[in-house]
Amino acid sequence: MIHFPGLEHLPALPVIIPLIAAPFTIVMRPGRTPWLWATLVSWVTFACTLLLLEVVWHGGPTEYKMGGWAAPLGITYYIDLANALVMMLVAAMAAVVFPYAYFSVKSEIARAQSPAFYTAMIICLTGLLGVAATGDAFNVFVFLEISSLSTYALVAMGARRDRRALTAAFNYLVMGTIGATFYVIGLGLLYQATGTLNMLDLHERLAGQDNKVVEAGFAFIVTGIGLKLAMVPLHLWLPNAYGFAPSAVTAFLAATATKVQIYLMVRFIYTVFGFEFPFLEVALNAFLILGIVGMFYASFVAVFRDNVKQMLAYSSVAQIGYMLLGISFGTVDGLTASFVHIFNHALIKAALFMGVGCVVLRIGSSQLTAFRGLARRMPWTTWALVLSGLSLIGVPPTVGFISKFKLMEAAFQTTTLIPPLLVVLLIGASSLLAAVYVGRLIYTMVLEQPPENAPAIKEAPHAMRVALWIMVIANIYFFFFTDLTVGVATQAAEALMCSQAGCGGAY
Amino acid sequence: MWEFILERYNYWIVITLMMTGLYIVFSRGNLVKTIIGLNVFQTSVFIFYITIGKIAGGTAPILMGGHGGGHDGQGDHTSATHGADAAHDVSVKPTLDDLRAGSDAAEAAGEVEAHSHNDLAAAMKGVEQQPAYETQSLHSLPDMAQAAQGNSILADPGEAAEAVLTPRDQGLHDMPEAGLGADGHETLGHEAVTSVTDAAAHAADIIYTNPLPHVLILTAIVVGVATTAVGLALAVRIQEAYGTIEEDELEAEDYEAEFGERLAGSEAR
Amino acid sequence: MFSLLSPDMAVYLALAVPVFGFLGIMLADKYPNIREGVTLITGVITLYMALTIFVAVGAGQEPGFEFLEILPGLSLSFKVEPLGAMFGILGSGLWIVNSLFSIGYMRGSQANNQTRFYMCFAIAIMAALGIAYAANLLTFFVFYEILTLSTFPLVTHNQNEAAKKGGSVYLGILLGTSIGLLLPAIILTWITTGTTGFALGGILASSVEANDPVVSVLLILFAFGIGKAALMPIHPWLPNAMVAPTPVSAFLHAVAVVKAGVFGVLKVAIYIFGIDFLSMGSAADFIMWIAAFTILASSMIAMSQDNLKARLAYSTVSQLSYVTLGAMLATSMGAMGGGMQIAMHAVGKMTLFMCAGAIYIKTHKLLISEMAGLGRVMPVTFGAFFIGAMSIIGLPPLAGAWPKFLLMIGSADAGHRLLLFVLALSSILNVIYLLSIPLKAFYFSDNGKDGVGAGPQGRVQWGNLKEAPFFCVMPPVLTAIGCVILFFLAGSLYDYLLPIMEVK
Repeated sequence: MIHFPGLEHLPALPVIIPLIAAPFTIVMRPGRTPWLWATLVSWVTFACTLLLLEVVWHGGPTEYKMGGWAAPLGITYYIDLANALVMMLVAAMAAVVFPYAYFSVKSEIARAQSPAFYTAMIICLTGLLGVAATGDAFNVFVFLEISSLSTYALVAMGARRDRRALTAAFNYLVMGTIGATFYVIGLGLLYQATGTLNMLDLHERLAGQDNKVVEAGFAFIVTGIGLKLAMVPLHLWLPNAYGFAPSAVTAFLAATATKVQIYLMVRFIYTVFGFEFPFLEVALNAFLILGIVGMFYASFVAVFRDNVKQMLAYSSVAQIGYMLLGISFGTVDGLTASFVHIFNHALIKAALFMGVGCVVLRIGSSQLTAFRGLARRMPWTTWALVLSGLSLIGVPPTVGFISKFKLMEAAFQTTTLIPPLLVVLLIGASSLLAAVYVGRLIYTMVLEQPPENAPAIKEAPHAMRVALWIMVIANIYFFFFTDLTVGVATQAAEALMCSQAGCGGAY
Repeated sequence: MWEFILERYNYWIVITLMMTGLYIVFSRGNLVKTIIGLNVFQTSVFIFYITIGKIAGGTAPILMGGHGGGHDGQGDHTSATHGADAAHDVSVKPTLDDLRAGSDAAEAAGEVEAHSHNDLAAAMKGVEQQPAYETQSLHSLPDMAQAAQGNSILADPGEAAEAVLTPRDQGLHDMPEAGLGADGHETLGHEAVTSVTDAAAHAADIIYTNPLPHVLILTAIVVGVATTAVGLALAVRIQEAYGTIEEDELEAEDYEAEFGERLAGSEAR
Repeated sequence: MFSLLSPDMAVYLALAVPVFGFLGIMLADKYPNIREGVTLITGVITLYMALTIFVAVGAGQEPGFEFLEILPGLSLSFKVEPLGAMFGILGSGLWIVNSLFSIGYMRGSQANNQTRFYMCFAIAIMAALGIAYAANLLTFFVFYEILTLSTFPLVTHNQNEAAKKGGSVYLGILLGTSIGLLLPAIILTWITTGTTGFALGGILASSVEANDPVVSVLLILFAFGIGKAALMPIHPWLPNAMVAPTPVSAFLHAVAVVKAGVFGVLKVAIYIFGIDFLSMGSAADFIMWIAAFTILASSMIAMSQDNLKARLAYSTVSQLSYVTLGAMLATSMGAMGGGMQIAMHAVGKMTLFMCAGAIYIKTHKLLISEMAGLGRVMPVTFGAFFIGAMSIIGLPPLAGAWPKFLLMIGSADAGHRLLLFVLALSSILNVIYLLSIPLKAFYFSDNGKDGVGAGPQGRVQWGNLKEAPFFCVMPPVLTAIGCVILFFLAGSLYDYLLPIMEVK
């Protein structure tokens, strides 16, 4: 292992670097400079998170005390495999989407706003990484709001193309703030019961506690995070927010924001509350039901959407159902499946939304009619969309298959309210719904004729195509090589589940 | 009955505000009103946090003079714990035994802290060790906490809290005060054993309010202000783009944009 | 030795060559002759590989290799056994015949997107070979899905409303059953036994009792999950896929796709459950009766179809269930009959489809009722059709006779007398709906409405033939001859397949 100076600060670097870089961005000259800067920042951050994952993977969990203050007073960053994986994922998505953003942003956002745009993007990145990194429950709230506030602004920037972005952003703001406030209320109740905000300490102190205060706290926190991660039926903000945000923003958020929230949910359920927490059963059963309902309801709505962005947004809500389902099993396999799907779904949705972004750039619309005969007009984009669409359905050889496989495998091995076989068949059936809406898109692109006298259009710029295809290739690569996804996810899940089995600490 | 309700007046305020705020947010209105509702809702949370930090008779958590040395060693990752309940009926001068117990504990804790710099597992072990230390001095906890006070020992605030508080037995009412009282009083720093007595004697006279919830809520207020600002900015932009900030009208316009027809029941303007 | 290549290498190449063919076809987009040359050359090389493997397997080897381990314990790997070797040679051999036919048909009908057509064909053949040579269920599944997807553009090749509708049903049912039922079945097998590898004698026997409900669940999931086997009620994809150009129907829906399905069923029965294990439980009976029902019901439906391709499609549904039936009989004769049926029916049914294509190319007639008298101007085509139909019915001296015979023995062995009646009835139905077509063509007249068949009844007008282009007529004649030859080779094939019945 090579030792770089400052390596001891590694756990904090992914959060600190973008945080410091952000203010510089806003004063830059509009145009190319902020983009270059943001890309650079995202790459450096990505490198840090990769290094961090490497360290944690081979060297075990690591801890970092902010400003040298220890746990009870100071804020501590605990990085184990679970957050290292999520952080790496978030930074990787940034590293791909930021370079991609340039042309898309150029056409969708006023030039004068571009420094503000990239500033908000970087801050959003900081917030998401912070949520994943921190081991302090209140610090989570702060980072949550850092990312959310910048997200509201980013979504609203879609107003140049469609003013509905503004109302979408406003709704998102209201729902997001309520969610965050619920979280804070829950945290207050937990603080009353335990007198600490550190996740590890919380777990220690909560052990054996089962009273109304803790239960209320638990309910508030789960609901709050549920709002943020668009758990059905708290998902109403998501489709419009994703649908009207600028394409690059949608690609980035769809791949990262909800994933971080899912991680947070897992962290609270398994690390903070732990498995002996009596109330957990109720929550897990609720996740099971809500997950299944979400899978079907949202997929069903997606089938009837004519705006591809919204269709994919509903599909995201449905996919969150799969992740919740994995959590609800309460087994290592289930948790592994969730983590694998977090990773894989990020790849899938990033690719899909980036592909749609290319279409929006060249054709100027994300309505399904704009995709007619796209195979002839933009073959690269089309085939990228086709492949990632197949991945969404779960067809081999794409990562979606791995997700489905792990999830079904986990489902077979559980005892839940619903018989395992039925759960598995339901997963299969909802995949069929995915096949329907993806099939609709693919059919329109590949088998329909382009509209009469459609103007000749160029393919998307190289920067966008390259980024898009990196994602598509990742979709296939991680089918064949699953060390990083399944391997890390399994270890992370084992570590998380271990925390209550008493095998060597919560991390 | 009445007493039971009245004693918890702070929670009633919080709940009333919370519900009022949420109601304002959800009931149809104009966007600015929604923002105001959101603010009321958040304010209830602020008050909630502040009340749980309050200790009856406590003063603002600013160190009163007398042991200025307490400020120096703040970097040393240690905090003193002071059971608030204990503060009321504690003998002013701790016995020598108690002092010894306190400093032993301090050493143990110091070690634990030192380890946890690098090694999380060790820290975990440390946490596991603490109960042992507690059982050893549990019966004399109040005194010990006194002694520990100036002497900068460790113990996570809540650890002590747990000892004092047995949540199952205590009602909603007692818990906050007890729980927070436990770490209600913190000072930092190293002091010579000789000065411990002084400091402890001094501190016993003053009851501080738990500062942590206040600090947290300061952060939350900043977040709330930022949210309000973004929300209002959005409202302004919506006013520019749509010419209205009434939710009904916005919805009707969005519906029209989406489906190409007017929302049933909405009036033409 | 037959080949210079090691058999393991041949497995590798058999899968890789079609991919190179795919690229070659793509590059030769603008030059139709080169493009089709590439297709044929690829076909010949692939057949050579398949033959190499076939010979090696016949010599008792088990060529194969592990490509990649995807998840711990789950890998993409290949291992060839006699059934797979036979399927491989069938697929790659008939691909060449079909390519010749495609050249005639596609040029004759001046179809669009011919490059895409040949490219998809190459991928489909690769997938079919992958299925044939798969060493475990995971590999089987991966190639099964690739086959579904790569054939979708072929099915919807005409890109009209009918193709859109047919294609949706095709893809919906095949993807739906595979992800919704087959994948759970594979995962359940994996969880139950800790492996997904095919092993002679089955892998379930060591983990569960024959009467365990898991076995029934698995069998039902497999039987319906392998939607390509077209067991009722999941058969509608097959008639719907007939919107495809005829070469697609001829090859994919008489050979590659449907046979991949029943091959899968047979392979699962023999190598996952194990014949003996299957015979101990009661689950197989249920599927067996469904197969019997499918055989009769779809024959009945076939009789009512006037569209030639639709009639052939329902005939295929019926004939496929012979294989499923053979597998579910859980006797060695049944399995053998099923295995033979795969080969024999493929050759026969492909003949019929290609004849239908030839008729369409020349006369643009799809309906059987319009074909009266056509035999007299297209005697070669209808002659081939006649031989193919006879083979499917199961009349000696044609290839189709053997599997019927073996299946009857198998039914008797298993003690299902009623099945003998079902098989006999089905053959009678076959006679009615298949032989009526050449009969009509040769002996009926359409009263000279459009100039064909104007000559005296029952006399072929040798001086006034209106046969389809050479490339459309030659392939069905080849396969018709094949039907005859296979009748005499059946003994060798029987011996070749014998190892699958050896239970350790």
